[in-house]
Amino acid sequence: MSYFHSVTLEREKCKGCTNCIKRCSTEAIRVREGKARILEERCVDCGECIRICPNQAKVAVTDKLERLKEFRYNVALPAPAFFGQFGREVDPERVMDGLLRLGFDHVVEVALGADAVTCAIRWYMEEHARPRPLISSACPAVVRLIQVRFPSLVDHIIPLQTPMDAAALIARREAREREGLKDEDIATWFITPCPAKMTAIRQPVGVQRSEVTGAFSMSEIYGLLLGVMSQAREDGGLCRASALGLGWGRAGGENHAIGTGALLAVDGIHNVIAVLEEVLRDRLQDLDYLELQACVGGCVGGPLVTENPFVGRTNLRVLTERLADVHPGLPVDASRQIFKSGQLAMRCRIEPRPVMKLDEDIARAISKTEQLERVLASLPGLDCGSCGSPHCRSLAEDIVRGSAFETDCIFKLREQVHALAKEMLELAQKLPPAMRQGEEASRADKDGET
Amino acid sequence: METRKPDQTAPDGPARLELEFAVEGRDFAAAGNAASRIKRALEHVGFAARAVRRASITAYEAEMNIVIHARRGVIRACITPEAVTITADDEGPGIPDIELAMQEGYSTAPEDIREMGFGAGMGLPNMRKCSDRFSIESRVGQGTAVRAVIRNERRGTEGRGLDR
Repeated sequence: MSYFHSVTLEREKCKGCTNCIKRCSTEAIRVREGKARILEERCVDCGECIRICPNQAKVAVTDKLERLKEFRYNVALPAPAFFGQFGREVDPERVMDGLLRLGFDHVVEVALGADAVTCAIRWYMEEHARPRPLISSACPAVVRLIQVRFPSLVDHIIPLQTPMDAAALIARREAREREGLKDEDIATWFITPCPAKMTAIRQPVGVQRSEVTGAFSMSEIYGLLLGVMSQAREDGGLCRASALGLGWGRAGGENHAIGTGALLAVDGIHNVIAVLEEVLRDRLQDLDYLELQACVGGCVGGPLVTENPFVGRTNLRVLTERLADVHPGLPVDASRQIFKSGQLAMRCRIEPRPVMKLDEDIARAISKTEQLERVLASLPGLDCGSCGSPHCRSLAEDIVRGSAFETDCIFKLREQVHALAKEMLELAQKLPPAMRQGEEASRADKDGET
Repeated sequence: METRKPDQTAPDGPARLELEFAVEGRDFAAAGNAASRIKRALEHVGFAARAVRRASITAYEAEMNIVIHARRGVIRACITPEAVTITADDEGPGIPDIELAMQEGYSTAPEDIREMGFGAGMGLPNMRKCSDRFSIESRVGQGTAVRAVIRNERRGTEGRGLDR
């Protein structure tokens, strides 16, 4: 089965510009034959290309709302970031009630799952002294970034499932117990701020199958919700998550919820890469836990949100401050029961997926790496992207892999054209022997002798 | 900055890649570049992830030692299918007591460097821990030469983090 990616290209919209190839954190895009091409094995679905594309040619594939018809009982799982999309005067109860009006049978906040995961992280850290630092598993783009670009660090990822998975577990259990439903009749739908979560649902790491059925784009649900918000009620009592759980939706919120230990929070995928380099060099051993999020600002900065990420972040902060003492969140006993049952644990190892190897045969790989270094030294080093590869280094790599030519570099091409033109000029000035006269003839004769 | 030796491999000789990088003392802006390039080359060659990490740590610590302590130096990496050999030769103050320098937490880094978060006295001990063979020679007033061999082994990749 080929790897599913939420991030895809709408070919007809792509103009073949170089914006996305330069921005991609895993050098996963090339422009070939006038169109962007995503290298499937490298893409981590972070969605940076969706943000940067001036032609909206990069899109996130999510589920269509019609899919609700396929199941008897549908539960919406709104991400914490969803509550940052509304003005500060909007009560989250109205958002929850509004979701029911869109056709869901029940709503469980992912923040409630975050309450369970927060406790689980604390307990896991207490039980396991190594490795350090542990890395949050919450951002699927970061998890995939580690698999692809930092394969030696996969074992630093905390082997716990995410708040989304925990919320799905809670939702399914409640639907079975309260509604007497069978598991196959229940669907759990994540309202997602990003494509990476969609990919994580279709192709989870650490477990065989996700408890989440699918995902709807946050911006799409937001648009539909606007139509029903005026009728939505505030007395549904649907909000149960703690303010700390809700805080997971913005950068720093996860660490704030965990509260104990030496914690570091980093947001923005390029910043995440820089800090992972430090982990790789063993320079951050004195830290216990890293909250790493691909999007600037955290999930409120996801490619599928509607509100400006900074406004969304403030909205969420104000909301969590207001709710600080209102909802106690998931009871610790319930969190402990979920943790002890092992349902939150990842059941298989997160596999490294290194993509840099130039050849399966190591001797050939060494010779290709040598060739790569040589080609790289001959390239201009401007990283202009005109060749369709993001940097001179990636062009050199593509040349060695056989998917590009040295003359794809416009400067190398120009050099060759220049040399060719010079040669042509020289040839054009040469005369046949019968037409040569005097000095020119004797010089030509001499040239012929040497 | 960077100098490379021509490929010394005979076409039918054993596969081998040599990289060479000049490192300037106190050049913190460029610090880590050589280690990054060595890491990238090992990834292209397809070294085991764990070996790449151990070599990255070793190369980085070697590079930082030159940046912190020496006037200038050269980092070399020789990659074969079996192992990578990292050598660091510097022109610098040298180490009067190598045994002491190999102890964790012992550092001769000046205060200003320590305040910047470097020179915690873990460099040489870390390099020794990460390598399968490690040797160091030093002449006071002249310089230091470090040599570390990291085998390309897959053993231990199932473990959690680096074994200490």
